[in-house]
Parts: sequence; C-alpha cells; structure tokens
Amino acid sequence: MYATDYHRASSVQEAVNLLSSRPVGKYLAGGMTLIATMKQRLAAPSDLVDLRHIPDLKGIAVEGRKVRIGAATPHSDVAGSAALQAVCPAICHLAGRIGDPHVRHMGTIGGSIANNDPAADYPAVVLGLGATVVTDRRSIPADDFFTGLFETALEEGEMITAVTFEAPEKAGYAKFDNPASRFAMAGVFVSRGADGVRVAVTGAGADGVFRHNGMEAALASSWSSDALANIAVDSAGMLSDLHADAEYRANLVKVMAKRAMAAAG
Amino acid sequence: MAKVTLVVNGRTVSGECEDRMLLVHFIREKLGLTGTHVGCDTTQCGACVVHMDGRSVKSCSILAVQASGSTVTTIEGLAPQGELHPVQAAFKEHHGLQCGFCTPGMVMTAVDMINHHGGNLDEASIRAGLEGNICRCTGYHNIVKAVLAADAEMAGAGRRQAAE
Repeated sequence: MYATDYHRASSVQEAVNLLSSRPVGKYLAGGMTLIATMKQRLAAPSDLVDLRHIPDLKGIAVEGRKVRIGAATPHSDVAGSAALQAVCPAICHLAGRIGDPHVRHMGTIGGSIANNDPAADYPAVVLGLGATVVTDRRSIPADDFFTGLFETALEEGEMITAVTFEAPEKAGYAKFDNPASRFAMAGVFVSRGADGVRVAVTGAGADGVFRHNGMEAALASSWSSDALANIAVDSAGMLSDLHADAEYRANLVKVMAKRAMAAAG
Repeated sequence: MAKVTLVVNGRTVSGECEDRMLLVHFIREKLGLTGTHVGCDTTQCGACVVHMDGRSVKSCSILAVQASGSTVTTIEGLAPQGELHPVQAAFKEHHGLQCGFCTPGMVMTAVDMINHHGGNLDEASIRAGLEGNICRCTGYHNIVKAVLAADAEMAGAGRRQAAE
C-alpha cells in the first residue's frame, strides 16, 4: 500500500470539509473494497476520511412503511434488523448473503453503492425498490444514481448519508454466486409496490446493474413465476468473462428472476 | 505517523505507526502477538480474524489507525489463565486442525458465531458462518464438529450458570 494520511470525521460537514481540502482524498466507510484495493496498489488516495464515527450516518429507522438506512450501517445490522425484517425481509436476506460474516461486520450500504461494483448485491435492492440515495447536498432517485461500471451520479466530494425507500408489498432476491468470491454472477431483485413492479439485475450486465423492462411488464400483468416463462433475456449487453459467458449469464438472469419470485411469494 | 491506542485482550496499549499500517501488522509487529496470522493478504482466507468491539473482523483489511479507540480480542486473549477456551478444547478434542495455520482465525470465528447465535447453531449455519475462513487441510468436517460440540458445551455451561 502506498502512503496515505488518515483523518477521522465526527460529523458529515467535517468529513466534507476534510475531503475538499485534500489533493486526492477518498471517503473510507467499512473499507472492505477500498483497503483491499489500496493493498494491491490499484488505488492510491493521498488522504482517507473515515466515516465510521459519524453518528448521523448510522442506524435503521422504520416508521410505518417508510425506511431510512444510514449510509454507514454495516451489512450485518441490516441483515439482523427486526424492524426491517417486519416490513421488507428481502433486504435482510440480501444483506446477509454479502461476502462473509467478517466482511458484513465492516462493509456498509453507502460504501457498496458508492463503489457500484457490477457484481455487488446492494445496487440490485436500491434499484429494485426504487429507493432514494440521500447525499450531503441532494436526493438522487435510484434510476439516476447508477450510471455504469463503478460509476455513479455522485459529484466530486459528494457523500451518501442515507438510503430511503417505501417498503414494498412484495419483494424477493435470488443470486447465483461465484463459488470462489461469492459475488453475484447474476442476482435479481423483484418488487411490487405503490409505484408498480420493478426487476433489477446485478452481476450480469456489462454496464452494471439494470432494470429488465420485459420482465417488469410480464410481472405487472401477472405477479407469478409462470409469467416469466415466455420472457427472453437477451445476451447482448451481458458480461462475458472466464466465470461465465454472456449466454450463460442471460440464462442465469431468468432462473434467478424465477427464484426471486418464489422467495417474494 | 499516527498514534494508535487500543484495548487488546483487556490491556490498554499504544503505539506509533504509519497511517497505512494494517491492524494485523500492528498486532503482530508492534504488540508481538503473533497468534493472529496473515494467510492470503487479499481479504479472503480469514487467518487474521480478530474481534473488534465484539464483532469478528479481518484484521488484514483494516488500518490500525481505523481501529484506534476500539477493544480488540485476539486468539491470545481467549485463554488468559492458560486453560483452553471451550472452542479451543473442542478443536483439540475433535481434531479440528492439522497444520494449524488457519486455526486462530477459525477459532475466533467460531467464538463470534457462538457469542451471537449460541445454542441455535446447526451444521448448515456453521458452514455458512465459516464462509470467510479457508482451511486447506481438514476438509472442514472436523472443524464443523468442533464448533457444534463447543456450542453445546457453552450452551450447557450457560444453563448451569443460570441455574446456580
């Protein structure tokens, strides 16, 4: 790892100020991707601004059907939240299958979506619920947030503070994980809520997480696994690598969508 | 340079290190606690697992300065009086190790599992809980047996304690 300077912020404003005064700074949440990347010298930020000690960024609030998850909330807290389990068990299931227990104790929802790894789980639930990404300066709808491989709508120095959403009537997630890394080779999140049906796919798209319009239309007219039987998932635009080629991933997307529907009930 | 202060195995310790120093290297090189191992250095193998503020973490993927102010338990902290912790005793009894390199991480992971889900563990949940720990000798079967036995032993001890 190259040399770096560490700073610990105790408030959102302090973190924003710290980062803006440094040459090439990065926010550090759980660090489960960033530290590993720095160790491999694939990233070399001059400064790190640690967000783990900012009280405003932590915790899960559920009021009626409205949910707010602080950006620095670790995956294990989301997985084990009784309040979330009561209104949206699918997000608990998803969070409980990210990485391994030790990674889930450190990794955060804000860190995951800011990184926007094309095989990460959280982008699927954020897009699949039509959630809102709240930052230190604005609110960004999920549909506008994820813009490509490891790319988001975040501006320079902008910090995610929370993810908010309306709990869906039904939701489910299924992923086919890479047997070595446990990242998704295809992961599908389905939901039905006030704004209709959403189907978000992670791990498979060459441009990262995306919505599948064909499956959304089919499930909007009939909310059942059978409704997906005649849907064709196009392999164009799918990732193709040594783990799985595009055709295989396209097939996985359909299979995972059916399993997600079975989980959603 | 950063000043790092931790409570490690019940003792408050401080040391100076570069900001980029990993917690595992701080534990091994600055504190001389070499029971915590570095296996892969790529956040995959779990040989470096310690507890930080009561949760299992991979100390190769956390900066020492990030951990500053927290309470850390390493494998050395499990048996302070020299008597094996029930999980260590179960690993010995059930031959849950061969070369032993992964064992500190396995044991710390098992203790975390039992601390948080004790009494409710079964083979499937133990195997899922060991997801972040790699062993190249045992094939995991005896590790799973050891964790099951330790869980039963510790749940029994808890019930005995509650009854007294």
